[in-house]
Amino acid sequence: MAATATSRMLGTATTGTDVTRKRRFTPRSILLNVALLVGLVASVGPLLWMVVSSVKPEGEIRQFPPTLFPEQFTWTNYTELFASLNFPRYFVNSVVVALVVTVGSVLFSAMVGYALAKLDFPGRRILFALVMGTLMVPGMVTFVPLFVLVANLDLINTYAALVLPFLAAPFGVFLMRQFMLDIPDELLDAARVDGAGEFRTFFRIVLPQTKPALATLGILTFLGSWNNFLWPLVAVQSADKYTLPVALALYSTGQNTVQYGLLVAGATVIVLPILIVFLVLQRHIVQGISTTGLK
Amino acid sequence: MAAPTATVPSASVPSGTVPVRRTSARRRRTGLAAWGFALPFTVLFAVFMLVPVASSLYMAFTDMHGADLRTPLAVNFVGFDNFVEVLADPKFQQAAGNTLYFVGVAMPLTLAMALLLAVLLNSGLAWFRSVFRVGFYAPVVTSIVAVAVVWRFLLQPDFGLVNSLLGVIGIEGPRWLTDPVWAMPSLIMMATWRNVGYSMVILLAGLQGIPRDLYEASAIDGAGAVRQFRSITVPLLRPTLLFCAVITGIGYLQFFEEPFVMTQGGPLGATNSVAYEIFNQFGFGNYGLSAAMSYVLFIAIVILSYLQFRLLRTEK
Repeated sequence: MAATATSRMLGTATTGTDVTRKRRFTPRSILLNVALLVGLVASVGPLLWMVVSSVKPEGEIRQFPPTLFPEQFTWTNYTELFASLNFPRYFVNSVVVALVVTVGSVLFSAMVGYALAKLDFPGRRILFALVMGTLMVPGMVTFVPLFVLVANLDLINTYAALVLPFLAAPFGVFLMRQFMLDIPDELLDAARVDGAGEFRTFFRIVLPQTKPALATLGILTFLGSWNNFLWPLVAVQSADKYTLPVALALYSTGQNTVQYGLLVAGATVIVLPILIVFLVLQRHIVQGISTTGLK
Repeated sequence: MAAPTATVPSASVPSGTVPVRRTSARRRRTGLAAWGFALPFTVLFAVFMLVPVASSLYMAFTDMHGADLRTPLAVNFVGFDNFVEVLADPKFQQAAGNTLYFVGVAMPLTLAMALLLAVLLNSGLAWFRSVFRVGFYAPVVTSIVAVAVVWRFLLQPDFGLVNSLLGVIGIEGPRWLTDPVWAMPSLIMMATWRNVGYSMVILLAGLQGIPRDLYEASAIDGAGAVRQFRSITVPLLRPTLLFCAVITGIGYLQFFEEPFVMTQGGPLGATNSVAYEIFNQFGFGNYGLSAAMSYVLFIAIVILSYLQFRLLRTEK
């Protein structure tokens, strides 16, 4: 009994599901869960503090120990944020950019992934080799030449600059190709025999078959775009094109007298929608990440 | 991994009966359709990925500046001058040292924490596994800018939560972000907090792939918990650990956002990083110099990944 308990502690795969497993209250399990709980507080505490503080007046935010429920509930931080700091505009920018990037890059990745996995065409090997070769090129290496390029295309300070460079995502292509390799050829052949053209086959047969991969890639692409910071910071200069992270960063580093209430409210506006989406889809996201390694 | 081609529909038409002319016509048609699928990606990929990758190499060997932005081809080749200048620059040296400090501490810390959490969660003793898993992963999905706002407040020296808590047990906390000694540890703490969930989730999946029988068999043979961890868990988890180490290492070597939003590289350059220096030189208009720096960083990334492969590869 002791031996199996310790072997479980050090990394055994659990067999039973959460439902069938008995909850044991041994000193060992209590200690372990207390340790995990401390970790959980450290992990989620700062985010919880952020959300709660955003509906407190300035003085109460600084109070120690912090109140778990606001003594003086207020929406002032949000009303000021939305009325005087143009946050609705930044919010819409962020949503639109992230949606366009997500739909475009997932669709393009699926299309080229299908061609690479299931169709023969001249240049296929070279294209795949180039995609694989750029998989690991870090963003820091390309951002200066990308800026020069975008400037010469006269796209600086446009929405196109925020979207176009992210529509071609090598990792997405790699992921989609891997998934599409598993689609049985018989299925595609059957569709063709029935007279479906290549595009019909793709939209009616291939895409529905890859729904889980599309969902995972879509969620993670959206997250990446929503949180993207460095490129929007250099690619747009006028305030009406700012995304949320750029607006909050410039506001928070540009002020001499810091208003914490406004800052935490701004931070909450960025984080809370994502956290809610994450909570709703967490099973999907966590599974997708552990099978693809996509961040 | 031979991808079956769609040109020979063996199920419908016996290939022997297809006239050669028809096959090649069909080949051309599928070839065209395939390029139709590949075209949108390929064009964007060529313009926004291949061109920048190629031109960053070109720029690194030229004296390109902000004034040449619209005439990027009318610049002088300067050979390795940029690289010599970068490597001799004390500011770059400090940034390189800081980056190594950050990667050297934060990467092992992140991986160790992630492994510990994954093992605890996988032990079968954790009561609310999915709650813990979601909680530890939540910081990963948050925006760095939002996180910076929160952490700047938590680390605020006079009324921040961290120093207030330390005060309760009688310790006067340091001025975290403005003290040259404590600024980097603050950022390491924050980066670990934000990234540990990612590796944890991957390691947890890896742990679940280790067959239970191995532990049972070794327990019968009298292996203790520590021995099992060393002889079963770690060797079988090696590929997963390697993956996490490479991904974390690549991300951490490009350490930029944390100092940008938390300390602006200060105090006294104590949190300036190579990536931040690339950004600064870009801001000064020294594009050639900046491109040379990014190549140095790229080489460092390649070297680190190679070392990790050597260190963690599966023994045959």
